[in-house]
Amino acid sequence: MILDSKGRGSKLLMTAAKNWALLFLFLLVAVFSITGKGFFSLTNFQNIIHLSTIFLLLSAAETYVIIAGGIDLSVGFVMGLSSVLSAKIMQILHASALPEPASMLIGGVVGLTVCIIPGLISGTLIARFNVPPFIATLGMWGVTNGITLRICQGFPISFLPSKLVGLGNGYLLYILPGRAVSFFHKPFGIQGSQIRELVRIFPNSLLFSFFVLFILWYILKHTKFGQHTYAVGGSMDAAIRAGIDVRRHLILTYTLSSFLAGLAGVFNVFQTGIGNFTPFSAMYELFAIAGVVIGGASLMGGKGSILGACVGAVMIRLLENGLSISGVEPFFRFVAVGLILILAVVIDQMFPELF
Amino acid sequence: MERSNNRGKGFLMFLGRRWALMFLVLESLVFSFTAPAFFSVKGIQIVLFFGTTIFLLGTAETFVIITGGIDLSVGFIMGFASIVSAKLTVIFTRMGLPPGVGILLGILITWMIGLIPGYVNGTLVARLNVPPFIATFSMLGITHGISELLIRGVPAKNLPYLANAIGNGYFIYSVPGEIVSLFKKPIIQRGVLLYEIIPNVVVIAFVFILVFAFILKRSKFGQHTYAVGGNIDAAIRAGINVKAHLIKIYMVSSFFATLSGTIYMLQYITGKADAGAPFLLDAIVSVVIGGASLYGGIGTVGGTILGCLILSVLETGLRMMGVPTFDKYIAVGIILIFAVLVDQFFPELIHKGD
Amino acid sequence: MGYLLEVKDITKRFGGLVAVNCVSMGVNAGEVVGLLGDNGAGKSTLIKMISGVYHPDEGSIFFLNEAVRINSPMDALSMGIETIYQDLALAENLNVYSNIFLGREKLKKILGLINILDHDYMLAESKKVLNSLEIEIPSLKNKISMLSGGQRQAVAISRSLYWNAKFLIMDEPTAALGIAEQKKVLDLIRLLKSQGLGIIIISHQIHDIFSVADRLVIMRRGLKVAERITKETDPNEVVSLIVGAEMVKR
Repeated sequence: MILDSKGRGSKLLMTAAKNWALLFLFLLVAVFSITGKGFFSLTNFQNIIHLSTIFLLLSAAETYVIIAGGIDLSVGFVMGLSSVLSAKIMQILHASALPEPASMLIGGVVGLTVCIIPGLISGTLIARFNVPPFIATLGMWGVTNGITLRICQGFPISFLPSKLVGLGNGYLLYILPGRAVSFFHKPFGIQGSQIRELVRIFPNSLLFSFFVLFILWYILKHTKFGQHTYAVGGSMDAAIRAGIDVRRHLILTYTLSSFLAGLAGVFNVFQTGIGNFTPFSAMYELFAIAGVVIGGASLMGGKGSILGACVGAVMIRLLENGLSISGVEPFFRFVAVGLILILAVVIDQMFPELF
Repeated sequence: MERSNNRGKGFLMFLGRRWALMFLVLESLVFSFTAPAFFSVKGIQIVLFFGTTIFLLGTAETFVIITGGIDLSVGFIMGFASIVSAKLTVIFTRMGLPPGVGILLGILITWMIGLIPGYVNGTLVARLNVPPFIATFSMLGITHGISELLIRGVPAKNLPYLANAIGNGYFIYSVPGEIVSLFKKPIIQRGVLLYEIIPNVVVIAFVFILVFAFILKRSKFGQHTYAVGGNIDAAIRAGINVKAHLIKIYMVSSFFATLSGTIYMLQYITGKADAGAPFLLDAIVSVVIGGASLYGGIGTVGGTILGCLILSVLETGLRMMGVPTFDKYIAVGIILIFAVLVDQFFPELIHKGD
Repeated sequence: MGYLLEVKDITKRFGGLVAVNCVSMGVNAGEVVGLLGDNGAGKSTLIKMISGVYHPDEGSIFFLNEAVRINSPMDALSMGIETIYQDLALAENLNVYSNIFLGREKLKKILGLINILDHDYMLAESKKVLNSLEIEIPSLKNKISMLSGGQRQAVAISRSLYWNAKFLIMDEPTAALGIAEQKKVLDLIRLLKSQGLGIIIISHQIHDIFSVADRLVIMRRGLKVAERITKETDPNEVVSLIVGAEMVKR
């Protein structure tokens, strides 16, 4: 067959298409800076990133699963489970006069450890019993939600150690222009009137998520586990015949996803200061999946990246933030996300060779 | 010796094949003991009344799932339809039309409008090759957005009383020993026991469900649905217009979601954007319990209804027992996984010709 | 010339790739032509244009001496051009007679108004055609997933036969079949040939091709590199043509 080579102009087009999500993100920033007063500011951007943390984690969780050719519908409720469980334990320990750091630590660790279980179960059902991922994780969706509601009886859990919120919402650097600089907490002796001038840089949450995401990115790109994830998603048969223990890999993948969802839940407790179950309407898992797909993954498996998932997750949050600052009703973000999602898929198909 | 073993095995297979039915019977028995009011005329009516939504959404999903797809938007199409029909009815009544006409007109127009989301879904899936998960998730968001726009935080109200009467009325009203009236609630003396049997909404729902079940089972359209789900390439090469067919399927799904929304409006005389959201899970679970495979090609409306009944009985029974509905989610999750596992251990269920 | 089916200068491109490059060939009624070539030669693409799955970018197709446009699989089928694909294009979840009637289901009226599937008719007719080909399938109500490879092939062939195919395209008919079943399929092909059908066969099994084909057309990289009468050539020459040792137009 004769291969036809196109001119140089289309090469630019191809590069644009390959990174369309990133370009679109910049476009959104530009548009919202015009339509929304106060959008284009350090505070606002950091706010967006801060609020994105949970979604970054959930999208990262889904990235692994989706690249491996599966799907995890339970992440939203697993997050709720860990949020509620760790909060509950922190509450109990705090009430029993244990020092705050200890109760926070123990609560967090327990929440995390327990959240490995749903993933283990899903993974086993999928890998060993051939239950379709949609169903297995849907089942876990229900079970974890039920357990979560049982623990909290439908009410948020409060009376938690007071240092929580400080840690969760703190920043690395506080600068009072011309006066003081401090790390991790507001400068001492600051007056109420001066707080407005305070410049905050690098939310703790960003440090935290950057750390986690970096590890995940590294694993996916540079380790055997990451390579195998792409292989299993690209062609499970080929992976099996190449000697990869696909079963074990899948179980690990879903456990990882579940663990990250648990991490998101623990983090949520730090961010909000309470433990709360995930309401139905939040649809976290669907947004997490949307983020990953916008970022370039294919639901068929074998394609995707952590970076892409981050761009997708941030884009959705940015949309919400930008739309509300511009005075548009918040529900339009649903419409917007929907349209962008479709756009993502259509572009993906127009340039299949690229991704 | 061997013959009795075979007979035993055959019986077990017989039961295994009908495990869903067995489960339903068992479940009903358990609840009739643990919840005093369950196994009564009233109790059954409650199961049917609340189950209507799941029956309709489940039927919607059945068609889509048989083709190997999924429709995540049915819950919000339902909400959208409830709002549109509520608002239209209010408008028509205010215009001076008699309530019956107003309601009917409002509902019919809603049904037509409700086909649009389905058309869009189908076009995205069939012509733009968007995976059904993504296409219908997007539609979920879009209908949600439009619903909220229409309602602007203010629920629709001031619907004519007739709507309430239809939505909460029953097909048969009887006093012990004789049927007093159909559709119209009779005025009776105090102290006389009135039985209300088969809610109107169930009648309406089942008329459509039965019609479409018939279509699925016995018509060319139904046959092609199974073909598309079983081997889409084979269907294309056999000359079936698969693209058009898929669009029609998503429109069927959208129609049933819309129907469910208009019925919701009659039941609760209001429209709510997320009216159907909690039922999406139930709908999909029912279809799977009913024997369908998410990979497509298999499934029946009858099986789905069975699945819906299992869930509706579960929910009603738990509620009557006073148990918080949290446990329902756990139970549903477990039943779902069990359903799939059973399908694997009894593959003859799937492969046997009939 | 009087070919049953003829393609002239037919070309198909996919983006920058030219899958079929200006190919001309023809098949007579009652003749079997073997279409040979290595993977990527363009054989599948060529037959897909004849069966209506793809549209040619250039060139024309003639059927029964008339220029035709085959815009869809349905067009091809209604003309009498039937294709049996390598993957047989059978729906595993449907039974035997449903597959034979797939896309062309027989309906009957009930209550004077409503059209429903006429299962009895389809079952009876399918039995007839399978019997005429002397094919044994225990129950036509069984789903395809329960049949063996040879039985499935037989169902696919009977489907074409039932619909009065004038022209048959077969893609790897004997691949994945046991020896006995291969022989049966080749016998069937000879039977069909004797009934006046024109047949194109794509196959990698050179011996099978040599045993049923009257003429051979060899493709390489989208081009037709040679045409031979089977009796006037031998497997060695054909292999070297496929692989490209020489490029001779006769």
